[in-house]
Amino acid sequence: MRDGRRKITYYRKYGSLIVTNFTNLYLLNIPITNTHKFANSYKFAICNKQLIFLTQESYIIADNIISPLGFSTEENFAQLKQMRTGVQRLEKSALSAEPVCAAVIDARRLDDEFKKLEASKPFTRLEQLFILSISDTLKQNPAIDIRSPKTLLILSSTKGNIDLLDPENTGKFDKKRLFLWETGNVITEHFGNPNKALIVSNACISGVLAIILGKRLLEENNYDTIVVSGGDIMTHFVVSGFQSFKAVSSEVCKPYDAARDGISLGEACGTVVLTNDKTKVKGTAIAVKGGSSSNDANHISGPSRTGDGLLLAIERTLKEANMNASQVAYISGHGTATLYNDEMEAQAITTANLQDVPMNSLKSYFGHTLGAAGIIESIIGIQSMRSNTLIGTYNYNEPGVTKPVNIIKQTTERTVNNCLKTAAGFGGCNAAVLFSKEA
Amino acid sequence: MSDVNYISAFCRISSGKVNVNHSIMFTGEEGEAPAAFIKSVYKHYQLNYPKFYKMDGLCQLAFVASELLLKDNKITERYNKEEIAIVISNGSASLEIDTEHQQTISDKANYFPSPAVFVYTLPNILIGEIAIRNLIKGENTFFIFDKFDAQFTAQYINSLLNSGRAESCIAGWVEFYEGNYDAFLYTVEKTPGVIRAEHTAEQLLNIYK
Amino acid sequence: MNELIDKLKGEIIEQLNLEDVKKEDIDNDAPLFGEGLGLDSIDALELIVLLEKNYGIKVANPADGKKIFQSIRTMAQYIQDNKK
Repeated sequence: MRDGRRKITYYRKYGSLIVTNFTNLYLLNIPITNTHKFANSYKFAICNKQLIFLTQESYIIADNIISPLGFSTEENFAQLKQMRTGVQRLEKSALSAEPVCAAVIDARRLDDEFKKLEASKPFTRLEQLFILSISDTLKQNPAIDIRSPKTLLILSSTKGNIDLLDPENTGKFDKKRLFLWETGNVITEHFGNPNKALIVSNACISGVLAIILGKRLLEENNYDTIVVSGGDIMTHFVVSGFQSFKAVSSEVCKPYDAARDGISLGEACGTVVLTNDKTKVKGTAIAVKGGSSSNDANHISGPSRTGDGLLLAIERTLKEANMNASQVAYISGHGTATLYNDEMEAQAITTANLQDVPMNSLKSYFGHTLGAAGIIESIIGIQSMRSNTLIGTYNYNEPGVTKPVNIIKQTTERTVNNCLKTAAGFGGCNAAVLFSKEA
Repeated sequence: MSDVNYISAFCRISSGKVNVNHSIMFTGEEGEAPAAFIKSVYKHYQLNYPKFYKMDGLCQLAFVASELLLKDNKITERYNKEEIAIVISNGSASLEIDTEHQQTISDKANYFPSPAVFVYTLPNILIGEIAIRNLIKGENTFFIFDKFDAQFTAQYINSLLNSGRAESCIAGWVEFYEGNYDAFLYTVEKTPGVIRAEHTAEQLLNIYK
Repeated sequence: MNELIDKLKGEIIEQLNLEDVKKEDIDNDAPLFGEGLGLDSIDALELIVLLEKNYGIKVANPADGKKIFQSIRTMAQYIQDNKK
């Protein structure tokens, strides 16, 4: 069956689908309509001279989160279930002259965990996180062949090894390490992966985008396994910048709340491994059903007032997943807890007719983890589907957006069959991705 | 066998020259610094966009290249702006302006981080600037490669168009770091433009030499 | 006051990279945001940095900027009242 799978190419100008398995050409008398707009995701197999269409799926076969709340998905999820936050008030730190609330990974634990890997050469803090996170996923599922040419690594990061710019770190590593492509080389070399890592650096939607890219590249059939890893670390660089934006809350951030007054920053790394081979799935099968990105075309730092950019990404994602708004079970929002972001999201969610769907933000647990955010928040969404548990939004007390969205206050048990993850970021970018549980 | 897409127009700004669709349109003065050269291109074409002066060098370069690319190939008039994608890459992300931001915070006695600098410390801001200028709302992604990856770029954008996720795309490479600058932006469409080149890695490397 | 206004105009043009704007183009009482100079939210934050850097005045709450940055004159007045 697998050998029979070939990509379909189609020509709109003929008004029909042309299917080829590279030896025979089939012309199907199917008119091209909107439903065939995403025809690239259709595959077919030839069984008993019959043509069978298959929808190409991308399944999650392993995942990991490293954050101040733990070094595995389970450890993190257990903390979130108890509604414990990783954001702390740091009276004195290298991150900021003034006290700052942030989610920082314990340096000693990172050191201890990394030593266990017995790596042969020095790695930067961020590289250590990437290596630890990916290593954990490889342990979970022996079906992942990291050394295979059919396995691709996608990295998502907004700032990479930006700590190396700090005069305090000068000379510790080669200057080349500042380049994200070099981070990619360092990681692929460590794991013996023969392909050049694909690097996405697209502000705060990087993580969601990286997962969408993973799904799309699997559709192209050049790879059978894609390891998507996203990470960013806390630095004086990033903290000072957001402080200059007057965007950092003096307390643990309060997503969607009436008293919200800015973000909390955090550091984390997360990895999801995707495959198009369902036989590699262990346990509950979770598929990436659709995803899309868009731009507000409005302002480089201010979110759109109407939310129409995010709306576009959501609508396209649902369409690709072949779903309508009433079928969405849960939304993992962006929820940075700035005045304008949360308002923008509420506008988009309401216009998309998703206002009744239970929704949370995890920023008050992890802080805003930039290039990791889309990935670790997706993993929590996936874990919510596996365990049928929705995580309450820490620090959310009173509705604070002008549209009535359904923010989850307390962690609750209920059936969760799918999850819509959204993100938005500087540069006016938006992204959405939909995960679905298969029976 | 696959859907054929075309490189319909391009603009290259490098080594003191502006090349639009194989014609050298403008040449800078000998030994001109990158920022001064980009500004003289902006002035020469009377682009008249006050926000230009607020941008960092990377965005200024991308902006000027996109303006000259789209001047005669008005894809925003021919396509729904939600159906136009922007996919751009470079090697140094935003390291040029990152270094500037780092300087504003390294000296404790002169500690004044600037929001107008910090906002540019993400490479995808240049996609935002092009999107804002042209009101383009489609798919957008910024990739980092050690050098322009014609193979991946062609393949990924072709799949965006062939799967119906976009009708056309502004694509390319924009680098601005430590005195080196190089912008190569081009449009991809289902129909050939003035360039009449298929959107393949080979053709891209014929143009981007 | 007029001297301060003149100096401030120069500083604003420099800090906000208003390359094509000259001092005499800025009306003392015209609104700085929206119409007029066409400044945006990043400019407002940048003006807060300017106050701190050049005049040692800290604006803790960015929402206060709305009042302070109504026009060049209100900004100069604020500096005069708060300068240490």
